[in-house]
Amino acid sequence: MSSETLILGIETSCDETAASVVRNGTEIVSNVVASQIESHKRFGGVVPEIASRHHVEQMTIVVEEALEQAEVTMDEIDAIAVTEGPGLVGALIIGVNAAKAIAFAHQKPLIGVHHIAGHIYANRLIEEMKFPLLSLVVSGGHTELVLMKEHGSFEVIGETRDDAAGEAYDKVARTLGMPYPGGPHIDKLAHEGTPSVKLPRAWLEEGSYDFSFSGLKSAVINTLHNAEQRGEEIDVKDLAASFQESVVEVLTEKTKRAVEEYGVKQLLLAGGVAANKGLRTRLTEMFGEREDLELVIPPLSLCTDNAAMIAAAGTVMYEQGKRSTLTMNANPGLML
Amino acid sequence: MIVLAIDTSNQPMSLAVLKDGSVMGEKLINIKRNHSLQAMSEVEALLASLDVTPASLNRIVVAKGPGSYTGVRIGVTLAKTLAWSLNIPIVGVSSLLSLAWPGKYFDGMVVPLMNARRGNVYTGLYEYRDGWWTLEEDRNMAISDWLVHLAEREERVLFTGADVDVFWEEIQSVLGDRAYRVSEEEAYPSAVMMAKHAEGLPDEDAHGFVPNYIRLAEAEANWLKEQEKKNG
Ligand SMILES: [Zn+2]
Repeated sequence: MSSETLILGIETSCDETAASVVRNGTEIVSNVVASQIESHKRFGGVVPEIASRHHVEQMTIVVEEALEQAEVTMDEIDAIAVTEGPGLVGALIIGVNAAKAIAFAHQKPLIGVHHIAGHIYANRLIEEMKFPLLSLVVSGGHTELVLMKEHGSFEVIGETRDDAAGEAYDKVARTLGMPYPGGPHIDKLAHEGTPSVKLPRAWLEEGSYDFSFSGLKSAVINTLHNAEQRGEEIDVKDLAASFQESVVEVLTEKTKRAVEEYGVKQLLLAGGVAANKGLRTRLTEMFGEREDLELVIPPLSLCTDNAAMIAAAGTVMYEQGKRSTLTMNANPGLML
Repeated sequence: MIVLAIDTSNQPMSLAVLKDGSVMGEKLINIKRNHSLQAMSEVEALLASLDVTPASLNRIVVAKGPGSYTGVRIGVTLAKTLAWSLNIPIVGVSSLLSLAWPGKYFDGMVVPLMNARRGNVYTGLYEYRDGWWTLEEDRNMAISDWLVHLAEREERVLFTGADVDVFWEEIQSVLGDRAYRVSEEEAYPSAVMMAKHAEGLPDEDAHGFVPNYIRLAEAEANWLKEQEKKNG
């Protein structure tokens, strides 16, 4: 019994109120997510004040459901792991304060977790990690290449200098008149079109693993406007396919270079944009058959924000003896 | 019967612990420090100094708003999560009542004020008789309209809370010498008064407990206006 670690995870960094119980950092016992997406759709994007209000409404209900589904009581839980940052500050605050109250009420250890560490550790719920590994993190707020040489150690070798890939997807989708969230719509359209429109690829300086998507986003918007002014019809499907082609090519080429340079044993895909079919397909084509490298792509439900990933990352921190105090605060700019 | 009361809806934070109706301890923190950082740890420190364990708490009282959206949410999140975790009842009290305490024996009306920006205030009309009650509902309105309303009643009015400062000139110009104000050391919230008042209020369910913001979120208000326009 005592060799088993049960962690309660809580995540409220954006528009999902989530709680989960994870065993030994590898096994999901329960995973509850209350999505607010229907509420935010009215506004064409996440409204921070509305997100905070929903989190307060859902918080205890979601945690109770996670414990009930796991059929465990708080007595059996070893520690509470919560997203400390980054994210929307008003949203993070709800999860952090709820976690502090639970930790205090039950006199349990509290562990603040980095949201991206969570996304990466979602993979451990599928496949045990083999180091060194490289993780490509792609979400609405992040585009990063993270090198891990051991548990709990994260080295960001490349990151976006402007828009995150997911952000570029949403902005392009809005320009094309698609409803929020736009990423999945572009992904779907892209599969119906051919990448025939010439769009830039931002490789940046020789050898850089950083990303930049704002130029690409502007190029798409300009292409549309210019066509409009000239009275030309532009095939939206082809434009979507061309945009996706540029994003996927830059992401996967830089990933490939990093895989070779660092000689990693595993490549993990992480973050909400990991749900993108174009990206998943290309990565599988490039790395799926390699014998020296294991490609891990989590199922969609573990790519988007959830608390199981926070509990999984928190488990490693718990085992390494890392603890937060009750003065822990939400930290929207937390570094990995 | 041990009650913990929490008010984080203003910059000053007030905490209190009462046993069978009498005060065991209270804490006021009136420096600029983030409530999200300090509220839980200050509750922990206060309870520890009183030798009260979390498991021995019987009831949580919380200021449920109006006030700073974030501040109110921090107090409510802590209170409802503690209540749910400890399986004890929660009771919400108006954040304005927490500011009204210096008017307990004032001969006239007591009006707590919180600055709600752009010339608006969160406010209400309070009077103490055999206990507290509200003469008029808590509200969010233009200070100018509120003062006209108060002037019509031709009574003495005591304004409470630190934000009275912001509006004092305007108040005096409308109400003249019928307007009174609390002094600086009385212009803070009192969790003790909240806990006392809550003795007469029914228990509430932690899961369903939400802040009383009084105002809709701006995006939601705009969205509703648009819907009305669309539907003629
Ligand atoms: Zn995320």
